[in-house]
This record gives sequence, C-alpha cells and structure tokens, in this order.
Amino acid sequence: MIDTVFWPLVKIVVLLNAVMVSVTFMTLLERKVIAWAQSRLGPMRVGPYGVLQAIADPIKLILKEDITPAKADKVMFTLAPIMSLVPAFVVFAVIPFGADPFYYVADINVGLLFIVSVTSIGVYGIILAGWASNSKYPLLASLRASAQLISYEIAVTMTLVSLILTAGTLSMVGIVEAQQEAGVWFGFIQPVAFVLVLIGGLAETNRAPFDMPEAEQELTGGFHTEYSGMRFALFFLAEYANMIVISAVIVVLFWGGWLRPFPSVDALAVLDYIPQWCWFFFKMFMVLYLFIWIRATLPRYRYDQLMRIGWKVLIPIAIANVVITAVVKVLL
Amino acid sequence: MATESAAMFDTDELVLNMGPQHPSTHGVLRLVLRLDGERVKDVDVVMGYVHRGIEKLSENRDWTQIILLTDRMDYVAAATNNLGYCETVEKLMEVEVPRRARYIRTILAELQRIASHCLWLGTHAMDIGAMTVFLYAFRERELILDLFEEYCGARLTYNSMRIGGLPLDLPSGWDAKVRAFCDIMDSKVEEYEELLTNNRIWLQRTRGIGVISGPDATALGLCGPPLRGSGVYRDVRKDEPYAAYDEFEFDVPLGTRGDTYDRYLIRLEEFRQSIRIIRQAVDGLPEGPIMGKVPRLLKPKAGETYHAIESPKGELGYFIASDGRSTNPYRFRVRPPSFCNLQGLRPLVIGHLVADVVALIGTLDVVLGEVDR
Amino acid sequence: MAETIAFYTLSVLILGLAVLVVTAKNTVHSVVSLVMTFLCVAALYVVLEAEFLAVIQILVYAGGIVVLYLFVVMLVNVGRPPEEHRDPRRLSVLGLGLAGAMLLEVAGIVAYSYSRSTSSVTAPAGPSPVQGNTEELGWLLYTDYLIPFELASVLLLVAMVGAIVLARRDL
Repeated sequence: MIDTVFWPLVKIVVLLNAVMVSVTFMTLLERKVIAWAQSRLGPMRVGPYGVLQAIADPIKLILKEDITPAKADKVMFTLAPIMSLVPAFVVFAVIPFGADPFYYVADINVGLLFIVSVTSIGVYGIILAGWASNSKYPLLASLRASAQLISYEIAVTMTLVSLILTAGTLSMVGIVEAQQEAGVWFGFIQPVAFVLVLIGGLAETNRAPFDMPEAEQELTGGFHTEYSGMRFALFFLAEYANMIVISAVIVVLFWGGWLRPFPSVDALAVLDYIPQWCWFFFKMFMVLYLFIWIRATLPRYRYDQLMRIGWKVLIPIAIANVVITAVVKVLL
Repeated sequence: MATESAAMFDTDELVLNMGPQHPSTHGVLRLVLRLDGERVKDVDVVMGYVHRGIEKLSENRDWTQIILLTDRMDYVAAATNNLGYCETVEKLMEVEVPRRARYIRTILAELQRIASHCLWLGTHAMDIGAMTVFLYAFRERELILDLFEEYCGARLTYNSMRIGGLPLDLPSGWDAKVRAFCDIMDSKVEEYEELLTNNRIWLQRTRGIGVISGPDATALGLCGPPLRGSGVYRDVRKDEPYAAYDEFEFDVPLGTRGDTYDRYLIRLEEFRQSIRIIRQAVDGLPEGPIMGKVPRLLKPKAGETYHAIESPKGELGYFIASDGRSTNPYRFRVRPPSFCNLQGLRPLVIGHLVADVVALIGTLDVVLGEVDR
Repeated sequence: MAETIAFYTLSVLILGLAVLVVTAKNTVHSVVSLVMTFLCVAALYVVLEAEFLAVIQILVYAGGIVVLYLFVVMLVNVGRPPEEHRDPRRLSVLGLGLAGAMLLEVAGIVAYSYSRSTSSVTAPAGPSPVQGNTEELGWLLYTDYLIPFELASVLLLVAMVGAIVLARRDL
C-alpha cells in the first residue's frame, strides 16, 4: 500500500508544486533573457534584480477581477483554461529525471505515446476558449489553433516513429537506457528528427515564431483576449508548463536525459559526481533558453505559411526520415 | 454536383472591426474588414478619430504661432513639418534664408527622417512579430531625440524653426556628436539588416505582399517610399530642391517589384543616404547668421503659394493664401503624405490575410495625427 | 474488486456522456461530451491492461479527429434550428429495421462466443516471440492479421482520395 499509493502521491504533489514554481520563474527567465537580447534590463524593481517578480505576478493575477463576458458560454468559458492546464501537468508523470525510480512517478511501457496523446488534448483548452468567448478575434484564434495542432501533430508523431525505431522502445526510461547502451545521444544519430521535433514543439506550444493563436499584433491576444485574472493565468501556466514538457521530452529523446556527456567514455567518469538530475535540468535549461532565444529573434509566420511548412515540408521529411531509419536499422 | 456542393459550403462573411483600439493600427485607425475565413474581401478605412482642426485653427493664428501647430501633425517628424511650413511662408514673403540656417535645417530634417524611419522600422517589424528590432530601433531613435533635446530643448514637438531662419544656433560640440551618431547609426543599420533582410520568415512575410505597380501607385497619389518602392522616381529633394539639398550628393533608392519588401529595403537605404547627407552638411557647415531679414510683424502681401518638401513619409505640401491685410493666413491647407498613402491601403489589403493587414498598415507608415490633422 | 468498480463507474460515465452527445442542444457541447466519452473509453482500455490501445484512442480520436469536428462545428452556423424531416414515418421504419439488425448481430456474436467458450482468438500461428502489450499487438498485426491490416489501410487511402475529390471543385 505504501509503495503503490503513498509514495506516488507524495511524488505527484512535490512534482506539481515544483512545476508550478518553475513555471513562474520561467516567466521571469523569459523576461530577463529577452530583455538582455534587446539591450534592456527587464524586471528590476521587485526584489534584487527583480527575482521576486516571479512571485509578484501570480499574486497580482489572483487578486485581479475575474471577468466573464456577458454573452460567453459560461460552462465552456470556465472549463477551457482547466482543459488546457491539466494535460500539461499530467505529462510530467512519465518524465524520468534520473535513472533511479525515485526520480520519476511512473515508467509505463507506452510513455512516449502517452506524452504525445495527452499533449494533444491540451489544444481543446485553446479552441474552446476561443469559441466560448463569443468574440471574433478569439474565434479566429481558435480556428488557427486547431488547424495548426492537426498539421504539426502528424509531423511530430511521424518523427517520433523514427526515434522509436532507433531506441526500440516506447518507454521514456528505456529510451535513455538505449542511449546509454548505444554510447551516444540520439541527437547525434537523428539530427533531422531533433530539428523536426523542435519545430513541431514550438508550433504545438504556440511559441514564436508560430504563436499565431496568440498573435497580439494581429488578434490582440487571440484566444485569451476575453480572459482576465486567474483564468488568464491558467492559460499562461499551461503554456509555460507545455514548454517545460517539450524541453524535457527533447532532452530525454535526443540529449541523453540524465546521462552525462559521452556516457561510454570511462575517462570522463569523474563527471558522474555531478548528480544525474543536475544534468537533466541543465540540458532542459539549455533547450528552454533556445526557445526564448528564438522568440527574441524571429518574426512571426503567417497562418497559411505555417500550414504549408507543416504539410509540405515537415511531414514529407518526417516520413523520409522514418524510411531511412528503418532501412538503416534493417541493414545494420 | 459542383454547384450543389458550392451552395452547401457557402459561408457567411465575417465582419471584423479592427481598431480604433488595436495594437497594430498605429494610433486610432479603424478598419472594418470583411473576411472570408482569414482572407480580406473588402475593407472600409475609417479615420478622423484625432481630428483637431489644425487647418482651420491655423487660419485664426499668428504666422509664427502656426509653427507650433505643425508640430502636432506628424508628431514623429515634427522638425520636417516645421521646415515645410516655414519654407512655404518664406516663399510667400520672398525671404532670403541664410546659408548656415539652410544647412542646419537640412541636418535637422535628415536626423528627423532617421528618427521617423526608426519608429517605422520598429513598429513594422513588431507588427510582423520581430519584437527585438523594435527595441533596437527605439534605442537609436533615443540618440536622435537626445540630439534634438540638446539643440532646442524638446524631444517630440520641437518648434525648432522660425520663418526666415532658426531660433537658435547650434550648441558647441553638437556637430561632433552628430558625427559620432552617424558612425553609430551606420553600424546599427547593418544590425537591422542582419536581423531582417535575409531572414526567411521576414522574406516570406513581406515579399509579394501588397504589390502595387508604378502607374497604379501614381494614380492613387501615393508618395514617398511607397511610390518609390513601385519604381517611380519622385523625390522632392531632387526634383524641386529646397533647404540646401541641391548642394549635397545623395541617391534616391528605387524598388522594382513594388511589394512590402521593396518598401522596406528603400527605407533602409534611406537611412544610409540620410547619414550621407548629414555628414556632408556637418562637414561643410558655413559660418554666418541664422536668421534672414524678416519684419517684426509678419504680414505677407496678398497672394497664395504651394510648397512641398520630402517628409519621411512622402510629399508634404502646404498651400497658404494670404489676404495681405491680417496677421494670419486666409486659407491654410496641408497635403499630408500619410493621408495620401492611407488611400493605398484598401487596394493593397484586398485579397490578403488578416496577418498581412497589419504588415501593410506598417509598410505605408502612416501617422494618424497627420492623416486626421 | 477495484477493477469491477472501475469498470462500472467508467461504463456509467461513458453511457451518460454518450447520451449527452446526442441530446445536447449546442453542437459544441455535444462535441465536448464526445471527447469526454473517448477519454473514458481510453480509461476503460487501461483497466483492461491495453495501454497501447488506450493511448492510441486518445491520440487518434480525442486528440485528432474530434479537433476536426470542432473545427467544422465552429465554422457552421449553430444558431440555425435543425431542419425538419419530410417523412418521419419512413425513416423511423428504416431506423427500427437497422436497430433490429444491430440487435441480431450482437446476439449472434454473443451466441458465437459462448459456443466457442475457450480462447481461440488469441492463439496465433506460433508462440509470440515478443513480450509486452505494444509489441504483441504489432506482432499480431503483421503476422496473423496482415491482410486485414493492409486492407484497412487501403480503405483509409480510398476514403482520403474520395474526400479530396469531393472537396475540390476544380478537379
């Protein structure tokens, strides 16, 4: 009973809180990094170098008035932020932060597919928010979101197939172990897949340059135009939690999860003194930094261009990648 | 079968009210878009939300008081407005402006052009989603505002010229600062180019968007970069030189395709040409008085005149009629480049997507204070 | 015991939500209920220890197809009242007939499975060389059920081509 119920529950509670806190600090990190990229300081007022801004923001959002538009669909309007947040948090259950079972909640044998399928539920939040607001900009945003999700999910899933072929397993722990056995991170074996998943991940989390459903310059905030207060904060939380999920997935799939660099070279065994979760979080941080960097640099794609890239570029490349991987796998 | 399915899939058009409160309509422009999906079928451009009646107001103001009103039209290029007005009155009164004053006016006007283009570049890039360029461009605009502040004390509405010359001579060391600024700006334009010019997303978002041919642009009365982007050679600085432009060497960049990307390239090239003009003007700055011989009480003789200059946005013209008796204009009329360029919005926008609408508002570089006056 | 509780709870949920799908006045509400139904069905698969099926259920139905439903439903004018049928009697006769056929089919399946009480379906040609839910499914699909599997994929391809032909007017 203690092993099957108590410890998992403790882990879940700890993990959820950790995710919440890291999301708030993620917003601070993003503001800071973008500020530095734009030769300004970013938040500096709350606490030393503005670090307490991460706490001030949620407090402000909680205290704000929560407005429901008079003509909105009340049930869906309330449900939408929850629907976008829950999947983002559920996914953390299968992400292994270390080799020891202590570092993950569950290792299910379809872990990777579980992540793909649960994150695909998250888009309902955006679509329903846009529809329930009963307003034109959010409606356009939700149409964009649904079209975008469908096209990128196919590309990403196809890409993951080639990765599954390489690893020979669907379990997240198994994939990292396969990289240990191979002695090389899959990012070096499957660079194309990495780029595809990165692009697809940006598109699925609605990050720049694919942030069309938000597009504040076009749709004035998109699906969350009509949201305020805590419900808006939930969307925000979901977006950043999704970013963290995607970066964790990328780290597990391509950059060796908790493994140190050159896992097969014994001469570097001294690196093992750094705990595994440190490696994991360091790599995750690098991917997140990349996300923020991209946002600071690139302009936004147009909705139809994004669809064209998804269907005419990414999906063919992903399929070709699967075929090549399969052929190589059979030949070797 | 085909007609039946067409009837089945028939969709209602969506009327989307964009603005006057919208982050990308650059002030208080309002667009009533008729959308088919995200494609724009038609658009009504509604303006007039910041109409202050500057033209009528000017007819009840002293000749010198009007300078201050012109600041409020194109408020991101106030010095150019001052220049246009002062030169028009000088033309009406046949006043000779000293050479030093003309040189300084040119420097101010070109600095103003860079500042205005900085603002355009920043907001245009921001509309397309490149938010870093926005802050970079504003960083450089800040340097120009500092220069203006040192010269005339104001940062936005300068009131920096007088009929017959200038109110103030340059502060000592100002020319060195302008030279230093030119060096900085040269490298910064390179930086903008690195971020945008060959960026694939930027190319996809601007190339082939809002194409307008030269004859069409002329027929619509477009002016400035939107006109030159379509390959029409028209620059008041070259065609009808004013201030001291006939003494400087500079090129007028022309586009070939007439799309948003060409208009972007032209404005970037104008940064460089403006820097070139400023360098020549600062190097060759003559000594002498800064005010011409102007009577204490301005009372031009009866008559009317039209005078145009090349503002950052295009051809800025003033028509002024004087009845020769009163100390204010009998009729005061402005040809605002933003207003004329805004007319191009509807033909440019139709057939494009909502995301392009904001890019096209940006590429026309309109300032609503000048459109509405 | 726990399994039974889970099964009945999920069944009630599925049936309740399925009723909501057909009774909800608002189309979007109906689609959302459909998503919930699919999620509960996926949970049912998990109870049956068919994790792979559960995940695929969510991925394909809840995450993919219903998003398209929503996409279409949002585009259609939902304010319009449903059109009335011209001849309700004839359709009700047809419906009754179909329901009867369905009932017969279910009864047939039940009778068939009772007559072959032991598991004959799960016996593949040879002993399965792989372990694990996913692997075994893949093994079965590519050995015993290869032809039905390929046929299904051809069927899907036909449906796809058909949809494109119907939707494009300039073909």
